[in-house]
Amino acid sequence: MSKTHKDPHDKQDVQTTGHSWDGIEEYDNPMPRWWLYTFYATIVWGIGYTIAFPAWPMISGATSGLLGFSTRGDLVADLERAQAANAEINERLVSVALTEIPDDPDLNQYAVNKGAAVYRTFCSQCHGSGAAGVQAAGYPNLLDDDWLWGGTVEEIHYTISHGIRNEDDIDARYSEMPVYGEILSDEEIEQVAHYAYTLNGRDPLDADMAAAGEETFLYECAACHMEDGSGNSDLGAPALNDAIWLYGGDYETIVETVTYSRYGVMPPWQNRLTEADIAAVATYVHQLGGGVTEE
Amino acid sequence: MSTSEDTPPSLYAAREPIFPKRVSGRFRNLKWAIMVVTLGIYYVTPWLRWDRGPQLPDQAVLVDLANRRFFFFWIEIWPHEFYFVAGLLIMAGIGLFLFTSALGRVWCGYTCPQTVWTDLFILVERWIEGDRNARIRLLRQKWDARKVRLRVTKWITWMLIAVATGGAWVFYFSDAPTLFVDLFTLNAHAAAYTTVALLTATTFVFGGLMREQVCIYACPWPRIQAAMMDEDTITVAYRDWRGEPRGKHRKGAARAAATTHAADKTAFAMPEDEVQTQQQLGDCIDCNACVNVCPMGIDIRDGQQLECITCALCIDACDEVMDKIGKPRGLIGYMALTDEEHERSGQPRIPVWKHIFRARTIMYTALWAAVGVGLVVALFIRPDLSITVAPVRNPVYVTMSDGTIRNTYDVRLRNKYGEDRPYAISITSPAALVVEAEGSEDGTVIVPADSTKLQRVYVMAPPDSPAASRAVTDLTIWVQDTVSNERASKDTVFNGRAE
Repeated sequence: MSKTHKDPHDKQDVQTTGHSWDGIEEYDNPMPRWWLYTFYATIVWGIGYTIAFPAWPMISGATSGLLGFSTRGDLVADLERAQAANAEINERLVSVALTEIPDDPDLNQYAVNKGAAVYRTFCSQCHGSGAAGVQAAGYPNLLDDDWLWGGTVEEIHYTISHGIRNEDDIDARYSEMPVYGEILSDEEIEQVAHYAYTLNGRDPLDADMAAAGEETFLYECAACHMEDGSGNSDLGAPALNDAIWLYGGDYETIVETVTYSRYGVMPPWQNRLTEADIAAVATYVHQLGGGVTEE
Repeated sequence: MSTSEDTPPSLYAAREPIFPKRVSGRFRNLKWAIMVVTLGIYYVTPWLRWDRGPQLPDQAVLVDLANRRFFFFWIEIWPHEFYFVAGLLIMAGIGLFLFTSALGRVWCGYTCPQTVWTDLFILVERWIEGDRNARIRLLRQKWDARKVRLRVTKWITWMLIAVATGGAWVFYFSDAPTLFVDLFTLNAHAAAYTTVALLTATTFVFGGLMREQVCIYACPWPRIQAAMMDEDTITVAYRDWRGEPRGKHRKGAARAAATTHAADKTAFAMPEDEVQTQQQLGDCIDCNACVNVCPMGIDIRDGQQLECITCALCIDACDEVMDKIGKPRGLIGYMALTDEEHERSGQPRIPVWKHIFRARTIMYTALWAAVGVGLVVALFIRPDLSITVAPVRNPVYVTMSDGTIRNTYDVRLRNKYGEDRPYAISITSPAALVVEAEGSEDGTVIVPADSTKLQRVYVMAPPDSPAASRAVTDLTIWVQDTVSNERASKDTVFNGRAE
């Protein structure tokens, strides 16, 4: 009614760009002021940015920027901050006896989570992300209750620290099953394989052969694997009377194992991981479901 | 570069300063009351205490971002219960629809924080610089010592209010008494200072400088509201059929117009033509009282406008004038479009309840209530103990040395009590299965107060049992709070060797 709005489009003498499509003309209106000033500000900002931050490509590398920022430096600082934040609990993790970690819920929680991260980074390549191992390659399953070198948390810690059959650590777990292909005849190997096949209660594939293999087993194998085949974790001799076979429990695989022997290896980790890392990953592995607790 | 002829007109409209005049009346009083209540709620709420036991915060309303908890008096919301927040937002949305369809922009006019804080800032402005005319004079005069003093005083007061506003906000996110001390001793987190600074700036700029421009240019709600309003929506309007043609009233004109005898007219010593004019004039005396009090700087007599937030201050201003000149109140008043049509044709107004109770508002109310009832029911039936079960699929099962087949489940146990609780884990299954919990001798685990515990649970099928050789066996994992005896369960499956 009485209020009047000033509408710039009421004026008919607005300049056009001269473009015309189907009679529709394009106004040549100026950019809004706020837009223009924002645009100028971004130009100024952009120039300042290339001075303050790494930007201009040079022949080798790029200008480093006055502020000396780098994403790698940022990451390093982040990592240092995280390590500093965990310093106290890592100290506790190392000073508390491994068997007593589960008694402290917070410390145990930290150890399991930290151990899981260490495991995924350093162990999962062989033992698998779910810790089920790879039977065809002889990487042991860490979830079950069958341990070559012992399943207490201390024994696991020792194995991780020093590894198995490696030249890098004088204290590495070491054992050497003879290559029976060079000692026994083919028939003796077949007989002892048939006997070993029955140790965990399976029906013999060939009862005569199995019976014939018992003597050889007691003479050649029982020293390490024990007369009943229960194995000896001090010597790294696997139990043969249980349901778990590291390399496979079918007859052909047993023959292959006896003939050529198996020398699985594991690197020592004590020089590559921190003490806290090893304590954590030992705790984690021990609590995967197969850990042995000594009474 | 360009001549005056081809210079295009500017698209920039500079803000015209608005100096709302002081007004009193029933709507103004209502607005004062709402301001006190809303600001009171905002500033006081974080300081209310609520005892939840030793292990939980005692702040009545607390958004604990670090621990992912929302506390509201006796209610505690966990992240997986975010639907309560979503439901409240839906209720707020439908509530706005309801109020808008019934009463127009009543939210904007009375309770919107932008309106409330602007009102507060204008109040401060009037206390320091004086009422409308004094403020206009002050704007026009040169910068002398008095103007500097008044302006600086005003800005400092605004800034104090702004800091208090921004400061109060962060108390909702941390223990208020602790944070209050930390803020002043420079021990608070940088995020707290950043938030305070940001909200101080927005309060100062929105309440002090931008004011109505926020509503006109920045806020999307006024655009949406147009779709909510119809001819039955009660909103602020000017009765132009009563007020027009507007004009200045002379003393005695009303009486003169009412008189029919020419002799009497002469007695009032008024020229004949002027009496004619006064007879034709409406009730509006064009005093501009309604315009002067408007915080949006509009003239309500132009009809409904985009800028109008229906704060009703013009009603108070006009009623005051009508009282003075002896005319009935309500030249400007709350009415619906249909009322306007009825009044123009001389019919009586439609009763207010008929405007309010109509299909649209009833539907909004029903929707609003349905969501509300749903939320309340959900609040009462939600358990204090709950579990989720994730079967470990890498590997699907493990063979133990004696031939036992073992499955592993990652079970998350939630304890919403403010104290540690022992949870007993058990299973039911048609097959004979055995359950064990990692790190526990008897299948009972302690779940710390108000937290979630991730527990590895093992289920074993004895060697050569049917479950060990079958592909899949049904299984239900149960957890029982051994203190309160509450139970929760999840169905899952046991995977055998699948021979």
